[in-house]
Amino acid sequence: MNDLSLTAALWTVGSRDLLAAMRHRADLLTTLIFFALVASLFPLGVGSETALLRLMGPGVVWVAALLASMLALTRLFASDYGDGTLEQLALSPHPLTLLVLAKIGAHWLASGLPLVIIAPLLGLQFDLNADAQLVLLASLLLGTPTLSLIGAVGAALTLGVRGGGALLSLLVLPLYVPVLIFGAGAVEASAAGLGAGAHLSLLGALLLVALVFAPWATAVSVRIAVE
Amino acid sequence: MTINWFRYSSPASFYPIAGRLIPWFFSAAALLMLAGLYISFFVAPTDAQQGEAYRIIFIHVPAAWMSMFIYIVMAAWAGIGLAFNTRLSSMVASALAPTGAMMTFIALWTGSLWGKPMWGTWWVWDARLTSELILLFLYFGFMSLQAAIDDPRRADKAGAVIALVGVINVPIIYFSVKWWNTLHQGASVSLMQSPTMAKPMLIGMLVMALAFWMYSIAAMLMRLRAIIIERERNSDWVKALKERQS
Repeated sequence: MNDLSLTAALWTVGSRDLLAAMRHRADLLTTLIFFALVASLFPLGVGSETALLRLMGPGVVWVAALLASMLALTRLFASDYGDGTLEQLALSPHPLTLLVLAKIGAHWLASGLPLVIIAPLLGLQFDLNADAQLVLLASLLLGTPTLSLIGAVGAALTLGVRGGGALLSLLVLPLYVPVLIFGAGAVEASAAGLGAGAHLSLLGALLLVALVFAPWATAVSVRIAVE
Repeated sequence: MTINWFRYSSPASFYPIAGRLIPWFFSAAALLMLAGLYISFFVAPTDAQQGEAYRIIFIHVPAAWMSMFIYIVMAAWAGIGLAFNTRLSSMVASALAPTGAMMTFIALWTGSLWGKPMWGTWWVWDARLTSELILLFLYFGFMSLQAAIDDPRRADKAGAVIALVGVINVPIIYFSVKWWNTLHQGASVSLMQSPTMAKPMLIGMLVMALAFWMYSIAAMLMRLRAIIIERERNSDWVKALKERQS
């Protein structure tokens, strides 16, 4: 067996996950439909007054994105854990932290990026104007990778655990709070004429912090799960 | 004379010591609580603005302090357990969690009782209330995760990861919520400045905080003894203990 260089290994892990995601397109579609469905439920619940919806829009889209990306998390490691691939990854000579990061990246491309892309469509439902739409897009683009990174820790910790799905939400949702606040806050601030720069910078900072800590914590959790 | 501290890191040798310490901590808690309640009800003056209703702070503030302090201590012990593979430290972390959650709940509950006469509402989405609520969820997450895993060693390690992730997140959550919304009065007691409250009030609060502290240690030790017995039930020393007692 020939040795794989680190970059080749990361590329292999990432592209394999993307390919697997493409082969299970229905799963991806379910997440997207869930996203749209949750956001569409809110006007039915609170009434269709345009002024109210415009006010709630950013928050609702963000909460829906939060829930949808949490729902997708169970797919991040579950099948690899089931068939033993995760164990092989943990045994590989390459640092597990980076391999896990490649998996998280692929997961975000397959389930986070589509959310960002269809978000403006939901923004239209809430009558957001072009500026707000742009800020919403930027905040989701910066925020959803953080969600995937933080969520990966929870996903790895709940591998093979009783009641995994509900437990995962209990572990992960409290940690999502800052992303939600700054994400929805960015749109509200720009709508109020304050400019979204500060919120977007903080979202970027959260992403960087998560990039440093989350893959490492995920790798530790994966080792705990497979040992 | 040198003391071999590592001797006490073994559950078998810590179990009897914990048993001997518990009455001391419980009596200290009871005495301090009596003194603290006396000061808070009879010595501390009536507040100029808030009347008698302010007296709930003698429970509320110590509980809020303990809720945050216990989370940090819990995460530290869990982290030590993860790093050095010491069983007893992880058991301490598991034993602390329910007490911490209870303190968080008391802080929220008394805060809401205090908020009704002061703000005219049971609950506001204020920064400190919200971050305290999220802290309660973090405690619940830690406990549910440990409860869901059957293998105790895996439960210890998984709990440690989530506790440490939580500890990094607590300040981030606090500041994010703070910038989001703030209505709560600023902290009246700080290490940096001289306190802005009457001395008997401050003393009452500190005595109560000490009482809560002693109670938390006693409750933690009791729970720790139960965890030790449960986990080591198949070991020789527990069997010998059972025989001696019967």
